[in-house]
Amino acid sequence: MSLHTASDQKNMEREFSTQIEDEIIRIEDVSVSYRVPSERIGTFKEYVIRRLQGRVQHQEFLALDHVNINIMQGEVFGVIGKNGAGKSTLLKLVSRIMKPTGGRVWVKGRVAPLLEFGAGFHPELTGRENVYLNGVLLGFSRRQMDKKFDRIVDFAELWDFIESPLRTYSSGMIARLGFAIATDVEPDILIVDEVLSVGDEAFQQKSAARMHEFREQGVSILLVSHNMLVIQEMCDRVAWIDHGRLQIIGSPVETIHHYRESQTTDGIQVS
Amino acid sequence: MNMETTEEIQIYDSSKQVSPALEEFREIFRYRDLVIQVVRRDILTRYKRSVLGVTWTMLNPLGTMLVLAIVFSQAFGTEFSYAAYVLNGLIAWNFFQQTTNASIAHLVWGGTLLKRIYVPRTVFAFSALGTGLFNLILSLVPLLLVMVITGVPIEPTILFLPIPILFLGMFSLGVGLLVSGLAVFYTDIAEMYQIILTAWMYLTPIIYPEEILPEQFRTLIAIFNPMYHLVRLFRAPLYYGEIPAFQETLIAGLIALVTLLIGWVVFTRRSDEFAYRI
Repeated sequence: MSLHTASDQKNMEREFSTQIEDEIIRIEDVSVSYRVPSERIGTFKEYVIRRLQGRVQHQEFLALDHVNINIMQGEVFGVIGKNGAGKSTLLKLVSRIMKPTGGRVWVKGRVAPLLEFGAGFHPELTGRENVYLNGVLLGFSRRQMDKKFDRIVDFAELWDFIESPLRTYSSGMIARLGFAIATDVEPDILIVDEVLSVGDEAFQQKSAARMHEFREQGVSILLVSHNMLVIQEMCDRVAWIDHGRLQIIGSPVETIHHYRESQTTDGIQVS
Repeated sequence: MNMETTEEIQIYDSSKQVSPALEEFREIFRYRDLVIQVVRRDILTRYKRSVLGVTWTMLNPLGTMLVLAIVFSQAFGTEFSYAAYVLNGLIAWNFFQQTTNASIAHLVWGGTLLKRIYVPRTVFAFSALGTGLFNLILSLVPLLLVMVITGVPIEPTILFLPIPILFLGMFSLGVGLLVSGLAVFYTDIAEMYQIILTAWMYLTPIIYPEEILPEQFRTLIAIFNPMYHLVRLFRAPLYYGEIPAFQETLIAGLIALVTLLIGWVVFTRRSDEFAYRI
């Protein structure tokens, strides 16, 4: 109960401050439609045969349907919804991985994707080489990485292993290195897709602390999670997306309430 | 939060896109350090766990040459210094084959990455080209050695070599983009391409002197096989020790440029779909 009142108070404070801050992400009337073949055609041979037989059929699938969202600088914005509702598509639009098929996505500043740690790691390379490789993957120059390197290894606490190949690392060590790189990019916008479940407890606390630190520094955070506690704790505003349509944007308490209500009418219990 | 950034604020606007082909050009320039890092990774990882290290790059074509020289040198006449000839052609061909194949492999490797973060999609073809160039330059060492041993004079025309390398590189990049772009959509393209490569190599005077071809067949190859011109241009300053005629250079250059443009445009037009096709 005390949690509720505390977070409500926090929300009021933040709502006030967001009005004077700048807009950082604008999603204007955005639609994404995938053109999926009715049956998956994986080979060219199959494609040619089907084409000749006139059997290539496509279905339109609307992952996002005329969505409008504005996110302000320094805001922590949560997105909730069922699996396949279009949450990840939304994140991909903001991080430039996908382009909308309709509407406009406008993003101001550097976006740091925190999707999955160590996606670009190579097991044969040393920790040092991987830090550089990962850094340039995130759009930095070598010179910029020189400046960051010490800080990254400090945070990951991996000085003893930094010259050994990554295949000798434990999965926790890899996650630590990945998180350290991803959060050292000094982003304007941080994208978090349900990842704070890696590493041991101490490291989880450390990463949570870093997220708070980000928030205090005025970094906007776009957070997708199924964990309503995290959403309620962290977010200023929350959007609920269902079947590609924006259902509601509001305070965490309000949005979660609507979301849960729809779930119970569907006969599904949400934790 | 940006304490040390001197760069301007990046603004991304999905509605403001000049043309994908031009946009990609700008983006790849911005991400040039990534290309360098991926090339480094390729070279480092390839040699890290091998005893001979970088020397493999030199030994590999040398081995093939040795086998071919033993088998064929008598067949094509003894005055003709077959070993240097075939090695010269093989180096050009290997470069083309490795670069285009690596473009496919890199894009498939990068597939998991493309789903997670934004990087310019041509990064993979460019880094394949970079690794290919590194290997090409290394394998010039055994070639020059073989030339010295077999008594083929090394002429100052070798200074012309960057031109054919440039054209070969442009051509390989173009084909690499084209094939890798297709391979994303259809998994069997990569296998089909291997068959095409084998046929293509035998239709290019690599392991045989072009003089043995019947006249009509030679003209056909000259018309339909772009690699014929590129390999010729590559052999001229080394094996033949001459500067190729202007017309020959022009033809090879045009072939390279047109292939690169086609590959570039086709690839960048479809690359937005990669994220959900890989």
